[in-house]
This record gives sequence, structure tokens and C-alpha cells, in this order.
Amino acid sequence: MILIGELSIWVALLMAAWTATVSFAGGMQGRTYLVRSGERAMYATFGFTVLASAGMLYALFTHDFSIKFVASHTSINLPKAYTLSAFWAGQSGSMLFWCLILTTYAAIAVAANRKANRAMMPWVTGTLGVVSLFFLMTMCFGANPYERLDWVPADGRGMNPQLQNPGMAIHPPMLYLGLVAAAVPFAFAIGALVTRQLDAAWLGSVRRWALVSWFFLTIGIVLGMWWAYVELGWAGYWAWDAVENSSFLPWLTATAFLHSIMIQEKRGMLRKWNVTLVVVTFLLTILGTFITRSGVINSVHAFSQSPVGNWFLGFLIGATAITAYLVSTRLDDLQAKAELESMVSREAAFLYNNLVLVGICFATLWGTLFPILSEAVKGEKIEVGAPFFNQVNGPLGLLLLALTGIGPLIAWRRASIANLRRQFVAPVAAGVVTVTVLFALGMREWYALVSYLLAGFVLGTIVQEFVKGIGARRRMYSEGLFQASTRLIGRNRRRYGGYIVHFGVVVLFCAFAGLVYKKDITATLKTGESVTATDAYGSTWTFTSQGISTFDELNRNVVAVTLNITRDGKPMGLLTSEKRQHVDSRGEPTFEPSTEVGILESPRQDVYMVFTGAIDKDTAAIHINFNPLVWWVWFGGIMMAFGGIIVMWPQAQRAERESGYVAVMPAHSELVAAGR
Amino acid sequence: MPLKARTKFLVGGVLVLGTAGYLMASSIEETSQFYLTPSELSTKVANNPRFVNTGVKIGARVVSGTIVRDPSGRSLTFKMTDGAKTYDVAYRGIAPDTFTDGVDVVVEGRLDASGTFQATTLLAKCASRYENAPDKYKQTPGYQGASAPRA
Repeated sequence: MILIGELSIWVALLMAAWTATVSFAGGMQGRTYLVRSGERAMYATFGFTVLASAGMLYALFTHDFSIKFVASHTSINLPKAYTLSAFWAGQSGSMLFWCLILTTYAAIAVAANRKANRAMMPWVTGTLGVVSLFFLMTMCFGANPYERLDWVPADGRGMNPQLQNPGMAIHPPMLYLGLVAAAVPFAFAIGALVTRQLDAAWLGSVRRWALVSWFFLTIGIVLGMWWAYVELGWAGYWAWDAVENSSFLPWLTATAFLHSIMIQEKRGMLRKWNVTLVVVTFLLTILGTFITRSGVINSVHAFSQSPVGNWFLGFLIGATAITAYLVSTRLDDLQAKAELESMVSREAAFLYNNLVLVGICFATLWGTLFPILSEAVKGEKIEVGAPFFNQVNGPLGLLLLALTGIGPLIAWRRASIANLRRQFVAPVAAGVVTVTVLFALGMREWYALVSYLLAGFVLGTIVQEFVKGIGARRRMYSEGLFQASTRLIGRNRRRYGGYIVHFGVVVLFCAFAGLVYKKDITATLKTGESVTATDAYGSTWTFTSQGISTFDELNRNVVAVTLNITRDGKPMGLLTSEKRQHVDSRGEPTFEPSTEVGILESPRQDVYMVFTGAIDKDTAAIHINFNPLVWWVWFGGIMMAFGGIIVMWPQAQRAERESGYVAVMPAHSELVAAGR
Repeated sequence: MPLKARTKFLVGGVLVLGTAGYLMASSIEETSQFYLTPSELSTKVANNPRFVNTGVKIGARVVSGTIVRDPSGRSLTFKMTDGAKTYDVAYRGIAPDTFTDGVDVVVEGRLDASGTFQATTLLAKCASRYENAPDKYKQTPGYQGASAPRA
């Protein structure tokens, strides 16, 4: 099985090379049998990558420690779930996992279009073949997961304890599903550029894949935040670290694309811009992979420095050059069909939304790459820290939040004064009431006040849209409240799913603003001693040490401290934080000790406790944080994912037309009608 | 009229981008820090004595056996080196779990007049963070481990 897997990565490599060569040849010469052969080779690439992955899983579960990857990341006593997640816990295994997702997506895209988009498909298949070829090549020559050791250890090293967390087990797959999905819209963009079919023809295919990418990136990023929060012990969830940024960048451009695509659908504008966004999103996923895997940028998350980084840099430059050439030679075909008619129109709001998203993207990219840029220009490595990102992206983020509320309120093309008055009164009132109430309650931080003013406004917009829509249905079809609500969302999934995503965004901004009121204390407690602190809400908390306990678990030795907590005299339960020393099956320590934090979670605030050290066997040093509203970050993330599912869900009555990519067919006739 | 709307939009766009640019430029001045190795730091200080007490970020490796931890876990001292130049470091705060002998660290802080680096943040960068190969492997011929800290 392992031998089959090992051979399979090389066969998959050859198949990907065949896919690319034959598809491009077939596309250039218009020979159907070559195109078909290319498509079959894409399926074969997928098949052999599956075999290679199966072989790797077999090696992991049978503990074949002759394979370096298995020995470095697992041990006999590692729980089964983490033995599975070890597949993507290291450089070379995660490359194989990446290839698996990529070829799966590629095979689905090819299969879904076997009867559609015929002129474009050879180029799409070929591009997917090239991308697969690149990743398979990088894996085979730069990070082969089947690399053997010269000797067979009795037990493996085990998994880094910080990766032994459910969030970290599913965060990489989600992120990969999102990052890799960006390759498919890119392939369609290349296909559309080469064949000059830049109309709505490719939009239908691209939009769905861009949504898939956006959806998984969102989940992946939020899970990463959750992991950092519960596992790393610094009581925060986002540090503007280079690796975090590298997943955030493509998310921003994908979000921009999902908005600007609506303008192209409705008004035929922004055609160059949309192609550019699709391409840039893909390039940013590659750049992110480069940052994560090359070690050029100093990050606490990064994989070890490895030659793989140079491969990505080369690919990045190549792909940029080719698409720049294609776009520049096809500017005529990308000419907009309409002009912006008024500043006060939904188009303008969307354009500003795009501008701000891309602005945030650029600022984040600039800050992330600043050490490299300054070293190249001035010969000195200068870094910018988290304050840079907060100072730039904070105001831009608030502007974006305002646009989230304004966009849905303004009419397409040109809004009238009456339209504006009718639409804006209630939401603006909602924002003003929110901020007045908070001010009366004693809130004085300007950043928080502005955030909640805008949040109230956007929430007002969303509620108004739902109320109007539901009201209209109830009047027109005399439906009940529940039936009207579900049908409203069900029949307009893109629109109302989008509003649910916006709701998630509002919740996130509210949660971010809560961080202004973070507080923390440190204390050293003997058993029975207590410490008292006041939180941002004015409640008094008492923490009483219940003593330190020492015990062993399956793969670790644990020292734990438990605190008894009361708030304003009312008991709030116990909170435990652990220091863990992981051990292998012979009881020998592996890795550095790790800390398991204790979190008392509630929608108001989290009480986040870290056991920083045992001074003697009776005295514990602890660090306690009051983190307001963190619970809402996870809630907001879930809302965004939920809204995303609604948007993606195939529309039942129109399923045949929309989901099978047949929806693009009318565009061909449009093309014919246009005489091209 | 279309031209006018377009012009207006462009003016707005320039305003948005201008604000972003201004925010970026001003924040970079405020928040940027030199990222140096211990040798570069000593060169800087030798050339310009006022460089002492400037906030900097240093990438270096912990000298094995020099870590002295306060039992409360809230402060510690150690020596850091890049092979050529070594500095004493005093850090107040909680060390990350990955901080241990011989690991690569990034410290933020300032060099005081006595030549001790007073660190306010300490990041441990296990160069092979997710590639933790057993030490025994490092003796095997094919092993390619972490190289010296870059910075």
C-alpha cells in the first residue's frame, strides 16, 4: 500500500504534465480528441493523488516509522483523531493534502463542464493541469512525504502538543479548501482571456467557485483565530502575524470580487477589474503559501525554512507575467458596456466597497512585506508591528462597515432624494439610538462609540430589508410570518444570504470594539488564598486557589491549578489551567511543556486564566484576563458561514438552469448576436 | 453627465486612497522598528551612542544553559547570541511555552546603558516548529535541519 502510494505521486506528476500539454495543444489546434485526452488525464491525476494520500494515511495508521514524516509527527500513543490530522501537520504531508484538494477540485470542475464551455475548457483544464503539475513537482522534488529514514525508530516523535487541539485539526483543511479553490476561478479567467469570451459566459462558473473559496477561507480564518485564542495563551485571537495576514489577503480580494461581480451582472461594468480580482486572489494564495513555507518573513507560525519557498516565488512571478500579458493584450474585449451614472447609486457604493477592501488588502500586504522591502531598498530590515495594522485597518474597516449599511439602501443607477429619505431614516435612527444609549451608560472610548454607531446603522439596514421583504410577501401572497420569512430567504438566496453574512460582519465589528475594554491581572496564590479584581462592567470577581494537582494522562503528565470563582459574591464555578508535558510511549518527554488555558465563557465576557508557573507544590502564579465580547467573534463567524451556505445553496426551482453551468449558455447566443 | 459622476467618483476614490496612504505613512513612522541581529545592534551602538534606548527588535538564539527563570514564571534572564556577539537579556512577562535552551527568539525592547537588553516582548521561534525531528535524527546523514537564524 505504501509502495503504491509512493509510486502514485510520480504517476500523478506525469499525468498532470500530460493534462497540461495535451489540453493546450488541443485548445490551440482545436482537436477534440486531444482535449478529451487532457480531461481524462486530469481525472487520472486526481485518481493517483487519491492513491498517494491513501498510502500516506495507511503509513500513519500502521505507524510505519521508517517514513520520516510519520516518525516526525506521530507516535504510537497519539490519539486516532490526531493521527489522522498529522496528515497535514507537517510541511511535506500538507503538500500532499494540498495536491489532493487541488486535483479533486480540478476533476470536479472538468466533470461539471464536460458538456459546457467547450471553447474555453481546454485552456481551463490546461491551466488546472499546470497548477497541479507545479504543486506535485514541488512535493516530489522539494518536500516528499514518502522520504525514508536510514533507520527505523521504535516510536515516533509525536505531534506538537499545540497542534493537538480540535481547532488545529480542522483549521488547516478549511483554509486549504478555501485557498485551493481560488485556483479554479483563476483557470476560468485564463480560459476566458485566451478565448476572449469575457462576457457573462465565465461569470457563472467563476462565481460559484469564488463563493466556495470565500466560504472555506472564512471558516478557516475564524477557526485559526479560535485556535490561537484557546491554545496559545496570550488571550488574543489576531496578532497581524505574517501567516495570519497571508490567509486574510485573498479573503479580502475574494470578498471584493463577490461584490463587484454583481455590478458586471447587472450593468456590464468593471470587466477588467473583475478579471484582475480573480487573478490577484489566486496570486495572493500563492504568495501566502510562499510566506508560510519559505521562512523569508519572520513569523511565529511559519513552517521551517525550506527550498520549497523558492519554487513558489518562481511560480508566482511566472503566473503574474502570463496573466499581465493576457490582460494587457485583451483590453479591448474588456471594455465596459456602461458608465457610472451617479455618485449616489449602488454601483458607486459597491465601487467604494471594492476600493476599501483592496485598500485594506494593500495596507496589510505592505505591512507584511515591509521587512523585505526595507531590506531591499535601505539595506536594513525594519518591521512594522500590530499597531501599524490597527491604525490603518481600523479606520478603513469602519468605513467598510458604513458602506455595508449604505450599499443595500441605494438604488441601482441613480437614487432619488425621495428614495434616500425613505430608505435611510430608520437605519440612521437605529445607529443614533444605539450610540446615545451606550453613551448614557458611560461608554467614552471614541473607537467603540463609532463602531457601535455604525453597527446600529447597518443592523437597522438589515432589519429594514427583512421587514420590507416579509411584509410585501405577507400582503401579496397572504402568507404567515414564518412562511413569508423562509420563502423570502429561499427565493432570494443571494440577497438575503448576503444580508445574513453582513449581520455576521456587524457582530464581528461589535466584538472587535469590545477589546478596547480588555483588562488583566497577575497574582501568586497559595492554596486557599484569593485575589479580587473588577471587570469593565464594574463587577467584582474573586478567585480562590483550590490548590495544585499533578496527574498523568494517556500521552502527557499534567500539573494543574484550579480556582474557585465568584462574581459579586455569586458562585461562578471552577476554572482549571494546566501545564502539560507530553511523553512518548516509553514515558520519555517529547517537546517543550505546553499550557492549557482555562476559559470561563459567556456572551458578556470571557474570563481567561493562564497557569504561568508553580513556585512550589502549593503556590501557583496565574495571569487572568477579562476579555469582553470574545464569544461574539465566534458567533459572528458562524453567522457569516451560515449566510454563505444560504448563498451557495442551489436554488430549487431554478436548479437545472443555475447549478449545472448551463446558465452560461445564453451568453453564447449573446456573443453571436454581438457578431463576434 | 456620465463624465461628471465618474469624476466625482474618482475624487472620492482619491480621498479614500489618500487617507489610507496617509494612515500608512504616519503609522509606519510611529510603529516601525529596526529588526537586527546582536552584531548589527553592537555596530549601531558603536557608531551612534544614542542608539542605546531606541526600541528595536532582535532576532537571535538563546545560549544553552543561561536561562534563569523567576519561580513565579513572570520574569527571566538569559543570554542571546548570533555567534559573533552576545547580549544579556532581562525579560518581564510570561515566556511562551516554546521558549527553551537553544531556540531562536525574537525580542522587542531596548538596550540599557549597562549593556543589558531589557525585553518587553519575547517570541520563541522554534525554527522547526512543526517539523520537530527527534534530536537523534540530527546525527543521521540525510538530516537537513534548521539553519542558523536569518535576521
